Amino acid sequence: MTADHPRPPPRRRFFAPGRNELMGLFWQLLVVGIAVGVIAFLWSNTVTNLSARRITTGFAFLGREAGMPIADSLLAYSPRDTYFWAFVVGVGNTLRVAVIGIVLATILGTVIGISRLSANWLLSRLAAVYVETLRDIPLLLQLLFWYVLMQALPAARAAWRPVEGVFLSNRGLILPAIPLGPLQLSVLATALLGFAAFYLVRRQLIVQQLRDGKPRPAWPFALGLIVALPAMVSVLLGVSWTIEWPQLRGFNFVGGLTLAPEYFALLIALVTYTAAFIAEIVRSGIQSVPRGQWDAANALGMRRSFMLRQIILPQALRVIVPPMTSQYLNLTKNSSLAVAIGYQDVVSIANTTLNQTGQAIEAIALIMAVFLTISLSISFFMNWYNARIALVER
Amino acid sequence: MTVIADIPDAPRRARRPQIGNPVLRWLRANLFSSIPNGILSVVLLAILAKGIFSFVQWGVANAVWLTPTNDSSACRAVRGVGACWAIIPEKYRFILFGTYPFDEQWRPALSVLLFIALYYLSTRRALWRRELVFLWIGALALISVLMWGGVLGLSFVSQDRWGGLPVTLILATFGLAFGFPLGILVALGRRSKLPAIRSLSVLYVELIRGVPLVSLLFMASVMFPLFMPAGFNIDKLLRAQVAIVLFAGAYLAEVIRGGLQAVPRGQYEAADALGLSYWRKHRLIVLPQAIRHVIPPLVNTFIAFFKDTSLVLIIGIFDLLTTAKTAIIDPAWQQFSVEVYIFVAAIYFIFCFAMSRYSRGLEATRGG
Repeated sequence: MTADHPRPPPRRRFFAPGRNELMGLFWQLLVVGIAVGVIAFLWSNTVTNLSARRITTGFAFLGREAGMPIADSLLAYSPRDTYFWAFVVGVGNTLRVAVIGIVLATILGTVIGISRLSANWLLSRLAAVYVETLRDIPLLLQLLFWYVLMQALPAARAAWRPVEGVFLSNRGLILPAIPLGPLQLSVLATALLGFAAFYLVRRQLIVQQLRDGKPRPAWPFALGLIVALPAMVSVLLGVSWTIEWPQLRGFNFVGGLTLAPEYFALLIALVTYTAAFIAEIVRSGIQSVPRGQWDAANALGMRRSFMLRQIILPQALRVIVPPMTSQYLNLTKNSSLAVAIGYQDVVSIANTTLNQTGQAIEAIALIMAVFLTISLSISFFMNWYNARIALVER
Repeated sequence: MTVIADIPDAPRRARRPQIGNPVLRWLRANLFSSIPNGILSVVLLAILAKGIFSFVQWGVANAVWLTPTNDSSACRAVRGVGACWAIIPEKYRFILFGTYPFDEQWRPALSVLLFIALYYLSTRRALWRRELVFLWIGALALISVLMWGGVLGLSFVSQDRWGGLPVTLILATFGLAFGFPLGILVALGRRSKLPAIRSLSVLYVELIRGVPLVSLLFMASVMFPLFMPAGFNIDKLLRAQVAIVLFAGAYLAEVIRGGLQAVPRGQYEAADALGLSYWRKHRLIVLPQAIRHVIPPLVNTFIAFFKDTSLVLIIGIFDLLTTAKTAIIDPAWQQFSVEVYIFVAAIYFIFCFAMSRYSRGLEATRGG
């Protein structure tokens, strides 16, 4: 259609649908009508059924006493607490396994992904076998397998000691720990603040370098803000950093950090399984960097570590980050398999609540709310990171 | 990080003259190319040898392969030092077919073979025609008749007696057979110009993908009776199947949407120019191209589903993993769960590995 034949200006009418618009309207009304009808039908059934069973809808039950035991939790909890607090404890347990799982799976997955590209035939074969095997067996089966192995470990008395102070027994993994009180936490908070300050300083240094071209070393600031400042606070407050070594007393361990067998099995299963997928993502990311980039970096005489850090990784990350986000989401959602081995995450606690109170809709709604919030936060963070590393085209 | 060298296009040194024994040359190039590499190879070889040695010792040398029926004393004698493979011949009928009537177990066995034949035929490129749909309908109907019975002189077997491998295959295959058309509709809905349909599709996909399958299964097992009129109830297996179909639909919709986006605009415009209606345009022009684009990711989604059907264990449906877990409740055999899990893992592995090989083959031949 060209502009040579000016069309007569269309007459303005408030509502003049053509045949297509009418059909569209019809289809939309039909689909929405069906959806509304189905939901209304289910809703009315539910209301009738609930009133027949004398269950009142609403979230009032959250204020009642839960009465369920939670064996292993990050937050303080007793069965006298409310359902609401039990849910919060469940969310804490989910996050505890998901956050640590994501960090460990990323490390393990990256190592295996790089190993698959190794010049060493044996190493690359082993990595490939690892990936192929773990990807093709259901996670739930692997989880049950790890849990069975965990239960078959020797009793606390005969615990394995791979390293001094570390015990592996059917009570789980026991590690030496540094007890964290408010004093220790305040020192760590100072270090975190120092890190944030260092980040700002470094940006300023780069701005100055762009202005006059003189490189300014950033490491003295790093040393001062991240190491020296917290150390000073620690000395001033007189914080003690003694390591607490676990000891066997009777049938169990005292002191140290205990990872319960359920938690440990879940963590191993999630990390090893997700690492197989992350390894593939890392491998394809590195392989996606074109050969010319390696050649050019070599031609400039760059050191290998500098080349990887400055040339290869920034380009590989662009390919790696989006699929990595969905792996992180998968790991978080898969942590709900905890219910199969009795680790009390939010799904397991919601399930117990549902059995005790009959508040099915509310319990499922809470699960959905928790997971949607976690998923959205992870996507939000990863999208922000992705935008930061994305190619800036000029 | 010096290990990275096998980037397909990483700079390579000029070829050395090929002298000496080819085996030695291969070893030198692949295992001992540098001193750190050589040390790494030796360490890995040592670990591998130790691992294989202890596995062979446990799984072959000290293992018990057969025991008299229901007598696990020989196994208990080697507990800790040797595997008890005798549990597999003892329990395999239960693990594979659950509580299906013992004398009728040829029916689930035949169903499993039919499933495998169906999968095999679906991978043949020559058969990718409309007739394949009828083949699927026919095969699934035949399997239903075999499993349920009640006609043709077969005795009726109710679903709560089904179990094991056929249940896993049924959940996965029917989930796919119904989830796929659902996924296509939702994918089209998500790209539709009609705002109400588009937002409903987005809502459905994001809600389902945002929550774990476990919670959907709980919903199917606990909340379904609440949703239905009083007195109306359907079987637990069917409810789980519905949950899996809804779950599969959301994930397949996203894969298919990717394929729809890859079809060039010109194709849509050409179809419009021919005056095709919306449905004919998609059925004849757009969807065949879109689906061809996304066959490898589709196969990967199928693999994920096949594995995810094992989650029905949590709501107590007797799929392959649940029968395996139940088989080792028997006090005489309780301690030999590792062997049973390895057996079941091998079955899952064979199915998933075959599918992933197939998907890789497709990716390799595509466009070539």
